[in-house]
Amino acid sequence: MSINVSFTLNGEAVSAHVASRTLLVEMIREHLGRTGTHVGCDTSQCGACVIHVNGRSVKSCTMLAAQADGAEIVTIEGVAKNGQLHPMQEAFREHHGLQCGFCTPGMIMSALDLVKQNPDPSEKEIREWLEGNLCRCTGYHNIVRAIKAGADSMRVG
Amino acid sequence: MTENGFGAAVRRKEDYRFITGRGQFVDDINRPHQLYAQIIRSPIAHGKINKVDVDAAIAMSGVVAVFTGADMAADGVGGIPCGWGITSKDGSPMVEPGHPPLAAECVRYVGDQVAVVLAETLAIARDAAELVDVDYAELPSVANLESASADGAPLVWDDAKGNVCFDWEIGDKSATDAAFASADQVVTIDIVNNRLIANAMEPRAAIGDYDAGKDEYTLYTTSQNPHVIRMLMGAFVLSIPEHKLRVIAPDVGGGFGSKICHYAEEAIVTWASRKVNRPVKWTADRSESFISDAHGRDHVSHAELAMSKDGDFLGLRVSTRANLGAYLSTFGPAVPTILYATLLAGSYKTPAIHAEVKAMFTHTVPVDSYRGAGRPEASYLLERLVDKAAKQTGIDPIELRRRNFIQPEDFPYQTPVALEYDTGDYDAAMVKAIELADYANFDKRREESAARGKLRGVGISTYIEACGIAPSNVAGALGARAGLYEVGTVRVNPTGSVTVLTGSHSHGQGHETTFAQLVVEELGVDFDNIDIVHGDTGKVPFGMGTYGSRSAAVGGVALMNALEKIRTKAKKIAAHLLEASEDDIEFKDGQLSVAGTDRSVAFGDVAMAAYVPHNYPLETLEPGLEETAFYDPKNFTFPAGCHICEVEVDPDTGVVEVVRFTAGDDFGRIINPMIVDGQVHGGVTQGIGQALYEQCVYDDSGQLLTGSMMDYCLPKADNVPNFAVTTNVTPCTHNVLGVKGCGEAGAIGSPPAVINAVLNALSDYNVDDLQMPATPERVWQAMQGNG
Repeated sequence: MSINVSFTLNGEAVSAHVASRTLLVEMIREHLGRTGTHVGCDTSQCGACVIHVNGRSVKSCTMLAAQADGAEIVTIEGVAKNGQLHPMQEAFREHHGLQCGFCTPGMIMSALDLVKQNPDPSEKEIREWLEGNLCRCTGYHNIVRAIKAGADSMRVG
Repeated sequence: MTENGFGAAVRRKEDYRFITGRGQFVDDINRPHQLYAQIIRSPIAHGKINKVDVDAAIAMSGVVAVFTGADMAADGVGGIPCGWGITSKDGSPMVEPGHPPLAAECVRYVGDQVAVVLAETLAIARDAAELVDVDYAELPSVANLESASADGAPLVWDDAKGNVCFDWEIGDKSATDAAFASADQVVTIDIVNNRLIANAMEPRAAIGDYDAGKDEYTLYTTSQNPHVIRMLMGAFVLSIPEHKLRVIAPDVGGGFGSKICHYAEEAIVTWASRKVNRPVKWTADRSESFISDAHGRDHVSHAELAMSKDGDFLGLRVSTRANLGAYLSTFGPAVPTILYATLLAGSYKTPAIHAEVKAMFTHTVPVDSYRGAGRPEASYLLERLVDKAAKQTGIDPIELRRRNFIQPEDFPYQTPVALEYDTGDYDAAMVKAIELADYANFDKRREESAARGKLRGVGISTYIEACGIAPSNVAGALGARAGLYEVGTVRVNPTGSVTVLTGSHSHGQGHETTFAQLVVEELGVDFDNIDIVHGDTGKVPFGMGTYGSRSAAVGGVALMNALEKIRTKAKKIAAHLLEASEDDIEFKDGQLSVAGTDRSVAFGDVAMAAYVPHNYPLETLEPGLEETAFYDPKNFTFPAGCHICEVEVDPDTGVVEVVRFTAGDDFGRIINPMIVDGQVHGGVTQGIGQALYEQCVYDDSGQLLTGSMMDYCLPKADNVPNFAVTTNVTPCTHNVLGVKGCGEAGAIGSPPAVINAVLNALSDYNVDDLQMPATPERVWQAMQGNG
């Protein structure tokens, strides 16, 4: 069975005709061509697919596209505005918070939700928040530093 | 230091695309009119294939084709080759079974490929795969080293008696026996080096794209070494000449050794694309990765260290069984031999060493390189043994190591296990680590932990590794079936910008930045005017790729040699333009000047003159400014260092927490300290993962029990501390950069430091040995005397 799903993606109204079993991440990647959101596992452990749905971080591999009908969705492609990197993106670059870059979009999207809920997170709070985001390259050290610095500049900015 | 040049912590060029979601990984690529492949894999560890019934799958709407092993065999498709041959101690070659991309007669591990469905969508391919009915006659299997070694064990391969692939040795047995005969004391240890799964965050993927008009193939694949894949797949599996096969490894999301190997799926999609004349895309889901990516480690060893009464190491005897899995993966046989036993001297002057390695087949996923590949196994065995010796002799573990270190004046140092170390200062690195770790105040911290009811322990390891396997002729004599050089091309464009083509491949290492720093340093070109191109056999002349921490030490040096050729030619052109002698031209900061004068020409103008040669010495010099260098190193490089770990153990639960971790490493000269620190952080975390969390578990019937990220425990952010890292520099003596390599050291030095720390924390509990991973249950049981 096919259904029509419409939502706002990074500020733009989009829609697609998809099989009803289509996962949200699949619709975003395969039907809408935004491939910054990644799939790193099939058990909702890795967090490479984290996006924002109505302002909250969500693992888009764990949600049906149908459930997102009418939602406001932001993916990594929508974080920089008018060619200007978001302070959290800048912080990941400045603090070498990425190596292969595969987990990075999910990490940044997750970090943005953390800072929204907790504008000045401690190192311990950051590490606990990242329970649902795996990285195999960085050992997390520089990701934690980047998120702390990103949060700092978001408060200032 | 030149801004953005050698030694600067330059922020990475590659980051922009990743932080904005514009990286291009293989699964991000879609080819027009492509089909989706779903592989049918064996659900049993060992069985004869009686029949593969594909009728129902083919009948399904949207299915284009279903192929089996018989189809590939009928098409003359060859087997997946092994890239390294090992000779047993009796002179016989290793047993080298055939490895068809799709099994036609027999399956030999859970995950073995049996058939492939091609369909218009992935969902249809998956649904149709469920309809492929494979009739197996299940056979008895061996899932681990113990069962494979048992008398009368079922055989993985009929011609591998006792499931032995090879029985190999290195070192001087009689000298070692003599050392033990004269020893005052002997320490023994039994070590299991736990089987691991690399789990790069990006699952493997491959797209085969056949162009019937040109009879050309393109393979997009998640590989650390696209030229090697082209060579192996083209020459051995599909009989496609190099000029008709292009292999592209675009952005690759981590490798850690698991993406070195040539995998069946690469051949399947490439072959299938020609069969159906459409692009064919395959992407592993994570469950599939667990049962098809090469696994790592999996050794069982017994070791003995002979010592004088003062604790001088006299001899080392090691006996190891290594699990190779069901088939020989690309570098599988090299890992427990050339990359393992040659490292058993460690940083010590042990005069006599003998090691024997029996490599076994089992009904499990093929085993190959995982970060460190052999060297972590050597380091773990040795550093656990040395700590046990310290405990047994009552000599402080630091003092015992120091007493036996190879000293700076001993270099070059010929070990008893083939390698010749060029340089190092092991005590200097250890002293730096000890200072940074505030080792002197450990007792205070232990008391503070005790006040909170925690057992605190400290552990040390002093590792050595060997990077950049070379030279090619020596590697060839040791069994390598390929060269181990690297290639760099420097293309100076007419306006003076630079494109570098490198045979190294970056999948997180940051070559686009560090290699550009070398160009900045040598040519004075602005950092933003340099691009590093890698991962495409259609663009890069040749290359052996990235593994074994070889990119800077081999690929970087190849680039330096090409840059030197550019400098030489640029000076000739400048000499002409400035009407001076070539010998008088100085090349600095992007300017070519006549020494002692104010006459100079910018490098960009030299480039323009090379491409618009109106005022140019055409009679003696070709136009253009592009140079290529192939570099084959004279020797391995030998990074070394000292890792110090502090843990807290909860005596009620056995939970181990790493509370401090310090690394003092010697990587030679460092191009970008920010990137090097990051490599150490990641490597150490993988080592902590091996020591405390990760374990690939098969049940007795060969079913993988740790087949998802819910079951296989990867370290998370709250499982590791912040790291304190420092370096001590002794430049490599035989390459122009003085670099040694830093990619694997973290995973090599850390596991013994962690386990030594846990054992130190348990010093009141009479626990001598603890196998990895030191899970809460294992630690708690050991504390109850059930270790």
